[in-house]
Amino acid sequence: MARKIKIPATKYPVERFTLDNGLRVVLTPDRSAPVVGVSVVYDVGIRSEPEGRTGFAHLFEHLMFQGSANLEKLAHFRHVQGAGGTFNGSTHLDYTDYYEVLPAGALERALFLEADRMRGPRLTEENLRNQVDVVKEEIRVNVLNRPYGGFPWLKLPPVIFETFPNAHDGYGSFADLESATVQDAQEFFDRYYACGNATLAVAGDFDVAQATVMIQRHFGDVPARPAPALPDFHEADLATEKRDVYTDRLAPLPAVASAWRVPDPIGDFTGYLPYVVLAEVLTDGDASRLVERLVQRDRTVTSVGGYLGFMGDEFQVRNPTALLLQAHMPPGGDADKVLRTIDEELDRLSTGGLAAGELERTQARIATHLLRDTDAVLGRALPMAVLELQRGRPELLNELPKLVGEVTEAQIVAAAAALRPDRRATVEVIPGAAA
Amino acid sequence: MSAHTIPDLIPDAKLKLPREAERTLPGGLTVIAIRRPAVPLVELRLRVPFGRAPLARATLLSQALFTGTGTMSSVQIAAELQAVGGGLSAGLDPDRLLVTGNALAGGLDRMLEILAAVLTDPAYPNEEVATERERLVDHIQVAQSQPAHLARTALLKRMYGRHPYAVQTPEPEQVRGVRPAQLRALHADRVRPDGSVLVLVGDITPEKAIDAAEKALGSWTGPGRDGNVPPTPKLVPGPLVLVDRPGAVQSSLRMALPALSRTDPDYAALQLANLVFGGYFSSRWVENIREDKGYTYGPHTSIEHFIAGSALIAAAEVATEVTGPSLLETLYELGRIASLPPGEEELEQARRYALGTLRLGMSTQAGLAGLASMYASFGLRLDHLREHAADLSSASREHVAEVAARYLAPSKAVTVVLGDAEKVEAPLAALTTVERGTA
Repeated sequence: MARKIKIPATKYPVERFTLDNGLRVVLTPDRSAPVVGVSVVYDVGIRSEPEGRTGFAHLFEHLMFQGSANLEKLAHFRHVQGAGGTFNGSTHLDYTDYYEVLPAGALERALFLEADRMRGPRLTEENLRNQVDVVKEEIRVNVLNRPYGGFPWLKLPPVIFETFPNAHDGYGSFADLESATVQDAQEFFDRYYACGNATLAVAGDFDVAQATVMIQRHFGDVPARPAPALPDFHEADLATEKRDVYTDRLAPLPAVASAWRVPDPIGDFTGYLPYVVLAEVLTDGDASRLVERLVQRDRTVTSVGGYLGFMGDEFQVRNPTALLLQAHMPPGGDADKVLRTIDEELDRLSTGGLAAGELERTQARIATHLLRDTDAVLGRALPMAVLELQRGRPELLNELPKLVGEVTEAQIVAAAAALRPDRRATVEVIPGAAA
Repeated sequence: MSAHTIPDLIPDAKLKLPREAERTLPGGLTVIAIRRPAVPLVELRLRVPFGRAPLARATLLSQALFTGTGTMSSVQIAAELQAVGGGLSAGLDPDRLLVTGNALAGGLDRMLEILAAVLTDPAYPNEEVATERERLVDHIQVAQSQPAHLARTALLKRMYGRHPYAVQTPEPEQVRGVRPAQLRALHADRVRPDGSVLVLVGDITPEKAIDAAEKALGSWTGPGRDGNVPPTPKLVPGPLVLVDRPGAVQSSLRMALPALSRTDPDYAALQLANLVFGGYFSSRWVENIREDKGYTYGPHTSIEHFIAGSALIAAAEVATEVTGPSLLETLYELGRIASLPPGEEELEQARRYALGTLRLGMSTQAGLAGLASMYASFGLRLDHLREHAADLSSASREHVAEVAARYLAPSKAVTVVLGDAEKVEAPLAALTTVERGTA
């Protein structure tokens, strides 16, 4: 094994302040490329949508692009792209993000656009009906018209969780989407889209003093509204193993995914971090435990992946969450056999420990992934806004490679030992399109 | 509301290109090294000419490239790379074998050594190749159940006929027949430095990085093979090809139109015409069929460049019940861009988007690496960005209109629809002649 490589760190500066109306702001300047990233994150996601309104958080995200006081429908897109920029938004379990990446000279325009919709989107019947149609097509593309649609991110939560916020389908049923009203949208905005419930982050090529003035100019008069009380979605861990199985009429080959609950990512970050490393020890590359065993040696799976958080947003998710393993199998594949082998490998890890160099090389590769993400302005603006929102610690982004590098073998072994079959939720895909 | 008026844009500074160096090694490999030290990493791209290589063997070779060398197993290769925070993988397009990777900047030498071993001393062990072969067969089978893949397969067949680009994914049966010895022979024949380009981008000193590449890859020698692909045939318009996918809740609409290479004097104008038509969110097509009609989620058009030819591809997944109306609106928008000049403001908006996203694409190590490598495979260097930006800036409304009339006319389009034929055939046949096809 080669000499251990030193894990480097980034030193992105972080400036934080809070406007009088409660909006929390993070500035992280870096002048290495003439671009800026702007993100606004609201502390509401799929877990907060009411019963009978599955998919509403995501539908509402679409409505935030449909115009606001000073912006006609289509104007938001045209102003961002006409400034040479790109935009998007995404809805997660615990938050909803909106962002732009633009040439540096368009920073103030992006701030204007975000502030205008933070004061309130134009909610009209026509735009609502249009976006319900668009969202239904999005669900058809990503779930209904393709094999393995929603596997496992929509399929595992109802197996591992009991309560509506954690278990329900975050894309939503067509019936719920179609019955959504403009009034629902207004109430959702009033309740959750308060500036006290949001963070703004700006990353890239700008001057801190100038940006601060611009932010004050555009966001300073957004009416102060308090954040709603942060809900606690905790529920008890599984007492016994849970299994579900379904037939995917479009899938040609079987697949299986399992999830285990993990410590609170925020309340117990030290307990949580070893699971992040464990997922990579198990599944990152040809030298990882499960790829070597299941793919190379046994040939019982064609691919296997492991990660934390149902949407893979390991450092941007709240409790309760899980470590997931998912595997695609060859024709006639046996899910039980795959699960037994995973148990065997976890046992081998928890009794035999790691091989020489195994932890260090995994940590080095994770560091590369983390550092690579932060090279893009959006790879700083987005996570820093979420880290500010959820932890008040945007600078954690700089520290992650080092913290990952400090996870010990004993912690990995303990984490592996906790992934017992009786704490496991599993969903199996039966191929309905098998030749 | 006077406080709430849209702020002006501050004009962009002059386009600044990163520091770079280039050297062609005695074996024929060209190495381009570019400095962007923002994060302590290095990105690697290697393109090896692979035109006209036998498809099934070439595809399996790309999947099995890292299965072993004379001295290392696949697990050792992966572990040694990981130790420097590294990873390498390979892929194939109709023109090139492409190796992609990255590592901690301090691991560049080691990553290059391992890459050199893979290139000059490949083993293709029987067991590992057998594993990769079965995995590839399974992956192709899964791909063949995905509408996007099926629609593309049918479109390529329709566009290219008997040209080598017509088929870009092998059949499972063809893959099953590939033997390890054939991979060794193909590797010896085609994985050669002559005509290959290695791009390194990151927290590096360009000259030193090239020295490191020369040290590691100096022993990679041997003449290249003529892999030139004949020019692509002209698109031949004809009936819409309908491929049946019973029970599909969406139809996959695909259109191909003629296009120009990146170096054509009309290319910037065509790029702008494409943007106005459907090439970005604020285009006529997206604003029409998504934001007005709600027929679809993510319609998009793009100009695809291969060595032997370029094409403009439009793609949308539309609800089954509005398949006919979606084609109607698409034909209307194509007709409009081909018949009437674009508005001044919509052209300026598209121009600013093209110029701005060009800067965004250069703002990361991975973006620069992809761009430099892709440009190099067309014989271009990053300084082409300056020329292209100037062309985008100066393209007039008349020029864009003239190019749109020649390239975006609906009468020039080749159209494929994958969907539930029983439901969509009649509505499509109301608009154009339809014939049945296969994916």
